[in-house]
Amino acid sequence: MILDHQLPIIFAGLMAFSVLVYAILDGYDLGVGLLLPMDNQQQRDKMIASIGPFWDANETWLVLAVGLMLVAFPSAHSIILKALYLPTAILLIGLIIRGVSFDFRAKVIAHKKDRWDKLFKLGSFIAAAAQGYMLGMFVMGFEISLKSVAFSLLSAAGVAMAYALIGACWLIMKAEGQLQLRAIKWAKNAGKVCLVGILAVCIINPLINSFVFERWTQPPLAYLIALVPILCFAFFVIGYFTLQKLPLKDDAGCWLPFVLCTAIFTFSFLGLAFSFYPFVVPGELNIWQAASAPESLRVILYGALIVIPCIFAYTLFSYRVFWGKVRDLEYH
Amino acid sequence: MADVMLLSRIQFAANISFHILFPAISIAMCWMLFYFRVRFHISKHPVWMRIYRFWVKVFALTFAMGVVSGITMSFQFGTNWPGFMGTVGNIAGPLLAYEIMTAFFLEATFLGVMLFGINRVPPWLHTLSTFIVAIGTSLSAFWILALNSWMHTPTGFEMRDGVAYAVDWFEIIFNPSFPYRLGHMLLASGLTICFLIAGISAYRILRGDNKKAPNLALKTAIFLAAILTPLQVVMGDMHGLNTFEHQPQKVAAMEGVWETTNGAPLLLFAVPDEEQRTNHFEIAIPKMASVILTHDPDGQIRGLNEFEGKHPPVKPVFYGFRIMVGLGMLMLFSSWVASYFLWRKGSLAPWMLKFFIGMTFSGWVATLAGWYVTEIGRQPYLVSGILTTADAVTDIAPENVGVSLAMYLSLYAFLLFAYIKTLFYMARKSVEIEEYDAAEYTPARTRATAEESQ
Ligand code: HDD
Ligand code: HEM
Ligand code: HEM
Repeated sequence: MILDHQLPIIFAGLMAFSVLVYAILDGYDLGVGLLLPMDNQQQRDKMIASIGPFWDANETWLVLAVGLMLVAFPSAHSIILKALYLPTAILLIGLIIRGVSFDFRAKVIAHKKDRWDKLFKLGSFIAAAAQGYMLGMFVMGFEISLKSVAFSLLSAAGVAMAYALIGACWLIMKAEGQLQLRAIKWAKNAGKVCLVGILAVCIINPLINSFVFERWTQPPLAYLIALVPILCFAFFVIGYFTLQKLPLKDDAGCWLPFVLCTAIFTFSFLGLAFSFYPFVVPGELNIWQAASAPESLRVILYGALIVIPCIFAYTLFSYRVFWGKVRDLEYH
Repeated sequence: MADVMLLSRIQFAANISFHILFPAISIAMCWMLFYFRVRFHISKHPVWMRIYRFWVKVFALTFAMGVVSGITMSFQFGTNWPGFMGTVGNIAGPLLAYEIMTAFFLEATFLGVMLFGINRVPPWLHTLSTFIVAIGTSLSAFWILALNSWMHTPTGFEMRDGVAYAVDWFEIIFNPSFPYRLGHMLLASGLTICFLIAGISAYRILRGDNKKAPNLALKTAIFLAAILTPLQVVMGDMHGLNTFEHQPQKVAAMEGVWETTNGAPLLLFAVPDEEQRTNHFEIAIPKMASVILTHDPDGQIRGLNEFEGKHPPVKPVFYGFRIMVGLGMLMLFSSWVASYFLWRKGSLAPWMLKFFIGMTFSGWVATLAGWYVTEIGRQPYLVSGILTTADAVTDIAPENVGVSLAMYLSLYAFLLFAYIKTLFYMARKSVEIEEYDAAEYTPARTRATAEESQ
């Protein structure tokens, strides 16, 4: 039997999980959008074809994360989205521009295609940067000051770079030939910047938020949790050497960078989640204060227990259908 | 100083109005695509596949517009209407959550297979994916309309300290106005695509496209419209009776009844005047409103005088209702006349084709008009009798709402323009590039008409 006071923990977990899945999945497709080379139409077609069947479902994880926050922690939803009102509007505009460019580009007169591709790239950038900015503001407790805006702008650049990294890793896995070589180069560059970015956050975050500092330095948990950054950096190192070697004969190991990158995302996210748990609004509102009525949460939970495994099953099915190297878009 | 409530209302109305344009197409279009696929499986005739391939592109574009504008919607509840979740979140939350979990993932995931998997999965699996996407879009309409209907006719809950708690989920979902609203909306979606398909096909034919695909699509759309419009009129009537029972003030505004009347006339046209609480320039059919609503020529209709200060603004509801019903009647008339000609002659005269081009987006207009009647008719309440719109509004700085509103509006105007332009461009392009299929095998029923029109 699930007790009432455990429900908020479960829902916080579900919400965190969907944010993470969103960051990984929409991360790679936003990243591919960010990387679109304006000098090579053929490569652009391939790149966009590689995310075609997935981007819509990927964005649905954002809807789920925001939806879970809305239904399980309505007061947090309203505090956070009010504090981030304009960045949210900008994020949405970015997502709109991107989502529709994807479809328009395939249907308009040839010479207008370039224009929609540019919009696609721009929309991807706006969306990624807005998410980074929002993350930065969240870490800074939504305070509006020069310091926090500067930090959030850095975070915007960092998240855009992280998405570019995972996007490049996705392409290494899905592309061949020239495009794959190019993706390897992109991944190397983005990886270096990301490493610096993560280090910066690791240093700045505990300095700004005293409760984060305490949490990371208080034994015994601190020993265990120290594994998170250590492993995260280990993945970076392995990734670095992998990228030096790729591409191998028969394309062996082309999936490794993507897997490593997913692990890096997961561990960075765990680190952040550990810093802030159990707060939904840092320092202000914890998950028990923000939760809605247990009866309603329970109704959702029972549904979720049945439905979420199904979602996984058919998501896997869809990835299996489009397994392997990308081919040209087939229906248009 | 701009008023945040007014701005928030305009913004919400703008966003949902933009959003609903695309579900109105994708919900029924997907069933139509499924139908085209099935016809192809049965007849093996390539023309069905050609129709499918044209409309699946329109569908993909529409769906993308629906998804991105829908994502905007899911951020809005918290930002612009915090009081909404605060008061009825325990009811709205689970309904929204179920929509996301059961409908959105299903449609979004299988959409990938449907749009891009045609050469990667066996045909039956591709047809099945189309079917699943259709189920997903209809399911999403089911959940969101359950919530919306509950906001009009709330049941199955109790209020504790000003917050609504669920008592009976079955009653909440199947609240009194839900079956009518769901049925009316699904039929509205069906009509929207009938006239869209008819309009675009007519455009192709007028442009000199004498291939079979546009003719067959036109015929399918018009025959379907001829079946759906009478159903919609009946469903609308039942919906109105239901509203008469649960929201009499809305019906009073729809009918322009200022004073409680026995044997109220049906106003075909009038100019309602809120100041003097009366109508000008009335054109009316005596006693007809009472006949429709009470099935008795002397039946009583409660007037707006019984709800002073608590009834919606009359003008938008009154006019909106006439636009919707007027278009409904026009659809009925035109689809029947056109069906007659198609059945007798196998083709339509050029002036009729032009008429259908003019009607291409009539479904959009009627759908929006209907939603405006429904939603404005609920004012000043957000949830009938429980929560007023004024109590739900946000306290964000109006400047911020103003900025976001300006951004959304300009983006929407641009996208709508691009969308419509692209549809017609696709139609023109298909006139040139689609293969000509006069020599191909034609099933018996359509052979005669195909030959005549070529
Ligand atoms: C009667 C139908 C209907 C109505 C009234 C609404 N929607 Fe909608 N919505 C759909 C029918 C639909 C759909 C048919 O399921 C869509 C449209 C096209 C599509 O891609 O899915 C969709 C898409 C869609 C998406 C994207 C789903 C995805 O990622 O696949 C979201 C987040 C919402 N909607 C949210 C809302 C909210 C919060 C609404 C109300 C305030 C709302 N919709 C009204
Ligand atoms: C899809 C078609 C819909 C359209 C075109 C539409 C249109 C509108 C309009 C025009 C208003 C403004 C009324 C006024 O302020 O005078 C409104 C209000 C509102 N509607 Fe809808 N609506 C739709 C569906 C929904 C659904 C499905 C929901 C919720 C589940 C919903 C929730 C609301 C809320 C919360 C308001 C209050 C905000 C306001 O008053 O502006 N609507 N809607
Ligand atoms: C011609 C006969 C029609 C009648 C008698 C009719 C009746 C109604 C009524 C009474 C309402 C308000 C329901 C409420 O109280 O909230 C309504 C709403 C609506 N109507 Fe119609 N209608 C007709 C035709 C149409 C057509 C042709 C369309 C679109 C193609 C349409 C689309 C809508 C929509 C989308 C709504 C709002 C959603 C809802 O509440 O169901 N209607 N209609």
